Amino acid sequence: MSTVVLLAITGLGLGALYFLVASGLSLIYGLMHVLNFAHGSFLTLGAFLGWMVADRIDATSWLGFAVSMLVGAAIGALVAALTELLLIRPLYERHIEQVLVTVGLSLATVALFEGIWGSDPRFIRGPAWLDETTGIAGARIPNDRFVVIAVAAAALIAILLFLRHTRYGMIIRAGVENRAMVTALGIDVRKSFTLVFTLGGAAAGLGGVLASHYFGYVSPSLGGSLLIFAFIVTVIGGLGSLTGAAVASVLVALLQQFANYYLSGTGDFVIVLALAAVLLVRPTGLMGARA
Amino acid sequence: MTPPATLALEVRGIGLRIGGATILDGIDLAVERGSMIGIIGPNGAGKSTLFNVISGLVTPTEGTVHLKGEDVTGLSVPHRARAGLGRTFQTSSLFPELSLLENVRLAAQVSRGGSLSIVKFPRRGDAATRAAYEHLAEVGLADRADVTAGGLSHGDKRKLEIAVLLASQPDVILLDEPMAGVGSGDVAGLSAIIGSLHRDQGRTVLMVEHHMDVLLGLVDKVAVLHFGTLLAFDTPATVMADPTVQNAYLGTNA
Repeated sequence: MSTVVLLAITGLGLGALYFLVASGLSLIYGLMHVLNFAHGSFLTLGAFLGWMVADRIDATSWLGFAVSMLVGAAIGALVAALTELLLIRPLYERHIEQVLVTVGLSLATVALFEGIWGSDPRFIRGPAWLDETTGIAGARIPNDRFVVIAVAAAALIAILLFLRHTRYGMIIRAGVENRAMVTALGIDVRKSFTLVFTLGGAAAGLGGVLASHYFGYVSPSLGGSLLIFAFIVTVIGGLGSLTGAAVASVLVALLQQFANYYLSGTGDFVIVLALAAVLLVRPTGLMGARA
Repeated sequence: MTPPATLALEVRGIGLRIGGATILDGIDLAVERGSMIGIIGPNGAGKSTLFNVISGLVTPTEGTVHLKGEDVTGLSVPHRARAGLGRTFQTSSLFPELSLLENVRLAAQVSRGGSLSIVKFPRRGDAATRAAYEHLAEVGLADRADVTAGGLSHGDKRKLEIAVLLASQPDVILLDEPMAGVGSGDVAGLSAIIGSLHRDQGRTVLMVEHHMDVLLGLVDKVAVLHFGTLLAFDTPATVMADPTVQNAYLGTNA
């Protein structure tokens, strides 16, 4: 029983990280039809700069931890906005070139990060409570899991509120469904492209800081390794669907954790099987729009 | 030479050539303000393409488009929309996951000005929401404002499209097969709504439609397209009596 609880909560924590990356990917694809391969770099940069700032303040203090999350989100948002304005926008409506540019950016930034910080992981510290455990149903759960889950849940609620209740949120939801008509109504959707990139970048940067606490280190490959699973999550959840991304994040991470434990470390393999199964049975994903 | 201001829309010498193919060839149309024009022609005649050229989705290789006397050939789709051009699409002009109210409100908030601030929350009672309710009422859908648009019947979807158009307050409206897929029971109601668009509110309407009987009863003039050229542009009676038109129609069995 305690093993199941531990696996479930750890899986939820991992799912929370996937969601922070996948939410942006899904919205960006849904609205702009761009698969953003540079999304992992937003995460990695957020993690590194967040850690540097926390280290300056005092990495073991709650203040340092809180500021590092803010910095991670802000850096992710800023770099994402610049990416959209400088690289994606000039290639408007040229989807293949846009995707290639993001692939190039991700390769170049990983090399840049390795040049600056080296390719070895840097082990980080946080407030002492994060490294302690709390007992639930006999299982000792590391406290950082709860923080990751809570922050991702808050991010999900914030994005949903934004999409449901603000004017831009309405334009984004409408644009995901029928971009031609949004334009025909006289709305320049390109403004919402920048906004969606910025939002997605903020979530990814925040995810970077949390991932560094979840895994205990930062490294230039941190973003790339999470990005692969985030893409899988995005496809399983249905490209363009935020709730789909949230549901799929949790399902994928749980499946991965349990398969790793009970099926001798085959978690990644099982995920790819699940992806194939979803694509065969329901090609638009769990909550994707009907094709 | 500026066209007289009574023209709501003028298309001058529009040609579209893609590779070796001629999609549209030397189309001239002068549409007077407040008139209703039907565009007919067999499949592939270029009707939807002409709409795409007028609304800005497709850039013509020759010719110009004038909206209320202004040359809009170089303007983008949203620019033309804000200059008073509204359109529906053949497939769907709706947002199926959004509620009826949101569908209409989206259009209303563009035309009612109202800043598109990121943080500004649309309030229940603001001008755009009130306008959205009014337009839903005009097409008889106000009681279902909170239902998602995807669940509506074909006929009701077409009515909602009209409400969306009304909310964006266009002067010139392009309707691409507004009655496609509509059950026979809904045709009368829908054609009445389309008729009132134009007669009661003085809007200029161009409509592509295959329901010939409905179309001919509604419009002032008919434009006949055939393989990308304009065969005729005149009153329904004259056009239908035209031997060239009869030939083109009977020949292709449309």
